[in-house]
Amino acid sequence: MSALTSLTLKGAIDGLEAGDFTSVELTTAHIEAIEAARALNAFIVETPEQALSMAAASDARRALGAAGPLDGAPLGIKDLFCTKGVQTTACSNILKGFVPEYESTVTSQLWRDGAVMLGKLNLDQFAMGSSNETSAFGPVTNPWRSTASNKALTPGGSSGGSAAAVAADLCLGATATDTGGSIRQPAAFTGTVGIKPTYGRCSRWGVVAFASSLDQAGPIAKTVEDAALLLTSMCGHDPKDSTSLDVPVPDFTQFVGKSVKGLKIGIPKEYRVDNMPAEIEKLWEDGIAWLKEAGCEIVDISLPHTKYALPAYYIVAPAEASSNLARYDGMRYGLRAEGGNLTETYENTRAEGFGDEVKRRILIGTYVLSAGYYDAYYLKALKVRRRIAEDFDKAWERCDAILTPTAPSAAFGLGENSNDPIAMYLNDVFTVTTNLAGLPGLSLPAGLDSNGLPLGLQIIGKPLDEGTVFSVAGAMEKAAGFNAKAGKWW
Amino acid sequence: MAIDVATVRKVARLARIATPEDRLEPLAQELNGIMAWIEQLAEVDTDGVEPLTSVVGAGAPLRDDVVTMGGDASVITSNAPKSVDGFFVVPKVVE
Repeated sequence: MSALTSLTLKGAIDGLEAGDFTSVELTTAHIEAIEAARALNAFIVETPEQALSMAAASDARRALGAAGPLDGAPLGIKDLFCTKGVQTTACSNILKGFVPEYESTVTSQLWRDGAVMLGKLNLDQFAMGSSNETSAFGPVTNPWRSTASNKALTPGGSSGGSAAAVAADLCLGATATDTGGSIRQPAAFTGTVGIKPTYGRCSRWGVVAFASSLDQAGPIAKTVEDAALLLTSMCGHDPKDSTSLDVPVPDFTQFVGKSVKGLKIGIPKEYRVDNMPAEIEKLWEDGIAWLKEAGCEIVDISLPHTKYALPAYYIVAPAEASSNLARYDGMRYGLRAEGGNLTETYENTRAEGFGDEVKRRILIGTYVLSAGYYDAYYLKALKVRRRIAEDFDKAWERCDAILTPTAPSAAFGLGENSNDPIAMYLNDVFTVTTNLAGLPGLSLPAGLDSNGLPLGLQIIGKPLDEGTVFSVAGAMEKAAGFNAKAGKWW
Repeated sequence: MAIDVATVRKVARLARIATPEDRLEPLAQELNGIMAWIEQLAEVDTDGVEPLTSVVGAGAPLRDDVVTMGGDASVITSNAPKSVDGFFVVPKVVE
């Protein structure tokens, strides 16, 4: 059955349509792969019975000629998406045992299009982290290992379970979310493709909130085409999210494979950061060469406020988080730790339920929003945020898309950065700008470093121009010819 | 702007997170480290810049003021730590 799990999403859908195998067979192969890969800790809830019944229903639909665009394809769901009747915890003890009575809009659209749910995927607690180590379920281990040692590596975060599951062929694709880089950095660390669309493309309804003005859902997939296929299903206007954009959703797959001749690609000089490994610099040069060869014009651009993006983010995101996470009070759902009075019950519940990184961010957020500091920090950060968005507005006068590295390093060892919050935050140095500006950003695998670990490049697009991003990504995927897989040790 | 132990105690209270006394000093150091790094924002000239609160251009959408969901107390209370007959059971609020 292993041949079925090594298929791409597109390849599997074509095989189902051709009658080469059934969704029940395809789903069974993935359920077996998940059971054999528990050492990775990618899936924290497995739903094999539900998966098989969804697969059987899919086979029945296909027999009637009523198959949807994702019909019969088994997917993994990041445990930040509420799934009706299936535990959803955001990997926090404060939501231990929470079973939603409703389905997130994004996942409901995947089921509408016929997809099959294999289970829920591990993440950094409340999506706050870059290594999956803040999860209350323990970290995910990256399926990739360095050729230099067998030590356990992080799959990145926060969507580490999603990225690891796709990289290890446990599912054909996965949902993920990205507030500062949580789709793209794990994709880069695992040799997978991940895209965060324009803010507002995917409904946030039913997705556990972290920082609402930055949070966006998107897919992690094996190929650019697979990512386009999934994103097409995930996007769309939803009246239940007031920031959901009421704009048409194109079939993103039609942009993959389109010629990129004549496109202007911006190379921002500020992304050449100190201490960037030479291999990443080299990979970036390779990417530039591939796009030149494909007929693109390379343009040097400047995004002068880049270095201020992370510090601004670490005001805006914790401020929004401190407000969003005020809802966890132990009264209506989740954990309750009793105290002598109401306030003590609140305080004990939140002390016991939240992990250290979540508490740290709530405290920062509460501090920067508190009397006397609001203008100095929060308002200042929002003004810097506009400066960052304006940098991109100016860049779009000169180019159609921007090429950068995705992350400043390859996957690092579990435990290596966990005692230094700022070192951990710096993982998002190249990705966080697009969250602040609301732009689409895609990471694709572009090569291996000298230790055999995957490295990613990022393509940033204009607002709502995921189409160009997919065309550029398609051209780069073809030129890169990346087909390495993690050696199976689990 | 150094964050001292008293500030951490106050912020933790505002955030309703019980924080033992022996955690206050380490937390103050952690938060100071992060805030010192954030201080570099002061270098940016933001005179006359409007704060950017939302990247979505449109204003808040309006809808008819009608009930769209609800009406089933058993669903709403199904995840409650304590509930009786469709009501949440909470600690005494008024003495």
